[in-house]
Amino acid sequence: MRSGARASKPPVPSRLGRWATSHLRERGCPVTAFGVVAPIVVIAALGLLFARKAVHAALALAVVMIGLAVLYAANGAPFLFAVQIIVYTGAIMMLFLFVVMLVGVESGPDAVSEPIPGQRVAAAFVGLAFGAMLVIGVAQVVSNGFSVPKAAVEDDNVEGLAALMFGPYVLAFQFTAALLVTAVLGAMVLAHQERLTPQETQAEAAARRLREFAEDGRHPGNAPTPGVYARHNAVDAPALLPDGTPLESSVPGSLVRRGQVVPPPVTRGPGNSPAKRPAGDKEGEHRE
Amino acid sequence: MIIWLLVAFPALGAALLLTWGKESDRFGHLIATAASALSFVWGLVLFVRLLGRDSDDRTVTESLFTWISTGSFHVEMSFVYDPLAALFVLLITGVGTLIHVYSIGYMAHDERRRRFFAFLNLFVAAMLVLVLAGDYLVLFLGWEGVGLASYLLIGFWQHKPTAAAAAKKAFVVNRVGDVGMALAIMLMFKEFGTTEIAAVGDSVAGATANTITALGLLLLLGACGKSAQVPLQSWLLDAMEGPTPVSALIHAATMVTAGVYLVVRSNAIFDASETARNAVVIVGLVTLIAGAIIGCAKDDIKKALAGSTMSQIGYMMLAAGLGPAGYAFAIFHLVTHGFFKANMFLGAGSVMHATNDDVDMRHYGALRTALPVTFATFGLGYLAIIGFPGFSGFFSKDKIIEAALGHNVWIGLATVLAAGVTAFYMTRLMAMTFAGRKRWREDVHPHESPRVMTVPLVVLAAASVLGGVMVLGDWIAGWLEPVVGQTEHHEVVLLGAEWPPIAVSALVTVVVAIGVAVAWTTYGRGEVADTAPEKVSFLTRAARQDLYGDAINEWVAVRPTVTLSRGIAWFDRFGLHRAITGVVTLIGEGATGMRAWQNGFVRSYALGIFVGALVVTLSLLVVVWR
Amino acid sequence: MSELLGLSMILFTIGAVGVLVRRNALIVFMCVELMLNATNLAFVAFAREHGTLDGQLAAFIVMVVAAAEVVVGLAIIIAIHRSRGSISVDDVRQVRG
Repeated sequence: MRSGARASKPPVPSRLGRWATSHLRERGCPVTAFGVVAPIVVIAALGLLFARKAVHAALALAVVMIGLAVLYAANGAPFLFAVQIIVYTGAIMMLFLFVVMLVGVESGPDAVSEPIPGQRVAAAFVGLAFGAMLVIGVAQVVSNGFSVPKAAVEDDNVEGLAALMFGPYVLAFQFTAALLVTAVLGAMVLAHQERLTPQETQAEAAARRLREFAEDGRHPGNAPTPGVYARHNAVDAPALLPDGTPLESSVPGSLVRRGQVVPPPVTRGPGNSPAKRPAGDKEGEHRE
Repeated sequence: MIIWLLVAFPALGAALLLTWGKESDRFGHLIATAASALSFVWGLVLFVRLLGRDSDDRTVTESLFTWISTGSFHVEMSFVYDPLAALFVLLITGVGTLIHVYSIGYMAHDERRRRFFAFLNLFVAAMLVLVLAGDYLVLFLGWEGVGLASYLLIGFWQHKPTAAAAAKKAFVVNRVGDVGMALAIMLMFKEFGTTEIAAVGDSVAGATANTITALGLLLLLGACGKSAQVPLQSWLLDAMEGPTPVSALIHAATMVTAGVYLVVRSNAIFDASETARNAVVIVGLVTLIAGAIIGCAKDDIKKALAGSTMSQIGYMMLAAGLGPAGYAFAIFHLVTHGFFKANMFLGAGSVMHATNDDVDMRHYGALRTALPVTFATFGLGYLAIIGFPGFSGFFSKDKIIEAALGHNVWIGLATVLAAGVTAFYMTRLMAMTFAGRKRWREDVHPHESPRVMTVPLVVLAAASVLGGVMVLGDWIAGWLEPVVGQTEHHEVVLLGAEWPPIAVSALVTVVVAIGVAVAWTTYGRGEVADTAPEKVSFLTRAARQDLYGDAINEWVAVRPTVTLSRGIAWFDRFGLHRAITGVVTLIGEGATGMRAWQNGFVRSYALGIFVGALVVTLSLLVVVWR
Repeated sequence: MSELLGLSMILFTIGAVGVLVRRNALIVFMCVELMLNATNLAFVAFAREHGTLDGQLAAFIVMVVAAAEVVVGLAIIIAIHRSRGSISVDDVRQVRG
């Protein structure tokens, strides 16, 4: 996609696009890529700022990144457009979402109250001041308009970047390579959990199970999988014992701790007819 | 001539007695008296030797060692023996030895007698250093030495708080005078580069008038302190707290005359500055009148004599301030005064000894029958001081009055009047003590003093009578000429006519007789009240309060200083201290306040960084826009 | 070009304010990523302005560094969550004075 340089041949637009551009152009308002993408990006960024849940924030950030990718493409950086989508949105944002999953979607601490007095006011004030200063100051300093793009910008983008990367900036390239290796090592070190006690061998585990059965009466066999003897086999639906009570140990402990286990009335056996459900409860409403 | 021997004897005596300790209590007083006597004998020898020389060869300088030698400042420990010094040496050692002998009896019952004699010897040694000094710094050494001895002796009875206070007062007031002395010496060094007396005398010709006047006034300040002249006179009456021999030796005959000695010794300076001379005359005049008035109202016999001393030294100062016309007579009166005042003080001590150490004259009366020798000797001293014709005091005082009249008629008349007042209060003293009816207290049985005390009285009385011989043939003026120069003689012109000396003497005698008569009728014939009367004239009240000398000192010097020091202490506590602790508190509070910024929240720190970035960017933009 | 820069500045400011205001460490991290993206946009804008590719290369390197940073940073967040159970940046207050 190219920017709004009218000298070049525009691509074949869709019917909607043709109507939109001609319609708006008649009203003296040229439609550009920037004009469309910028508001979306800003709204998404504000959404990131104000989102309650981490997942919503991550999705907002993804929208921003894609919007920026579009802008890169519109400004003569096709390679960056691709890298932005693949690396940033595709890898980094996915990393974020994985961590959100590991940590738990509910564990955001952003309550309404702010522990540091005056922080929000100060942040808003300074943010506005900073933004105003930057926009008015910096953006206006550069008073030139768009210059005519040079050939190297458009056609030989990848080759040109390669020539720069392995030419004048080869040292930077090498250092970033080393940085990547270091980062991987660092992550490995951070994620490593040192065993404080020796790992229980199979024989020891078996002996422990039988001892517990002797002392506490715990069932020495495998834990039942969730949903067995139940209507549902989702991870959060506990298995039911013959008398109908849910078996806590069949559900992952984290779900129990978060209170995300499906309650028994929904999982009860064939007797779970609509007439026997609690009043006002429709099928599946308990399932959150 | 070995001059330093004079000093060595009493100095050795003092050192010996102070270091030997209790063992020497039995014979310490004999050692001290012997040391003083040896010094007198040697002084006599040196005097005779000096007499044998020609009159222009009578200055002997002896340098013991170089005391100070730094850079351009060079001071020798030098002694100079000349006619002036010779007279003083004889006076100090002669009267001193007699008082040593007297003290053997007077202090017989005191268990610290040995120390007393040690201090007496110390005094004699220091005073000799003072008068024999060839350099102002050596003189100052002796000056301070006699001040120390005075302090030790006034406060000898340490257990009495009044004595301790009096000693402190004497020392402090003397210190004020010493400031003047020290400044004078410093000025001498600055202007002349030397402090040697002879050299200073020679350098006077080349110095500016202001320097000379300043030197004169500063030396006068020092003299005022030592000689108890106004304005530094308040310590003398309190100094009577000390034992009577001390009062006789130090505060009558010798130490208090050191001021006069200083003025006469520095005659080169005073000759060159009329302002300084006038200041000396005024000081002397004021003091002689003040002392006379104070002496009239005192019931304490020693304080009355002290007032008299103050007045007589005023006479000497006045004479010294008259310049070459009066130097010789000042010294003459100094010597005769030494005789009869020491005589009378020792006599007072004898009276006190007889009345259980009571000093109040209102408890005396009719003591002449009980104390015949004391009465006789005291009487001779009395006649000398009032100027009875033929006695020593007659000649010495009349010479001064003559010189005063020749200088200025009004000053002269004031001295004549003061002579009359002197006669008044001395007759009052004699009448209250020896005449009238007995006013003795219950347990008082007066008896004559032992021989060891009466013999010195007799000797001094004889000197009081015969001391006038010094003026025969103008001997004293000629004797002192190498030191003070030719004694000028001014004609006395009163009421348009010139009065010969004999007429002046007659006038003085008449005034004296009037004074004696008034006193005799009031106190001799009339009734003397047992206790001091309450309703008295303003002048009497003022005289009882030492002419408010203490009150003036209190308001002029003590109160401002105390207020100033209180203010400074307050300022230090509330101002300075608070300021410093305020700084500390400020820093502490500031730090505590700033601690609040370190709240551990990453977001606060991030806000700080953000604000900083804002400021930096803003300033960069401002620079760019300019 | 100036509108691109303006957009970049706006995004940067939003990211900075987000770092100050949000307490969830993950969201703070996301705001940091937003700031990095804003600078990338500025780089591209200047590259376009000058007609060279240096700015785009710089943006590319920024992306690489951002990737490395995200890896390490998220590992740290997970480690902290494992030991403390919380991912609020306010809970790590040991540096208080």
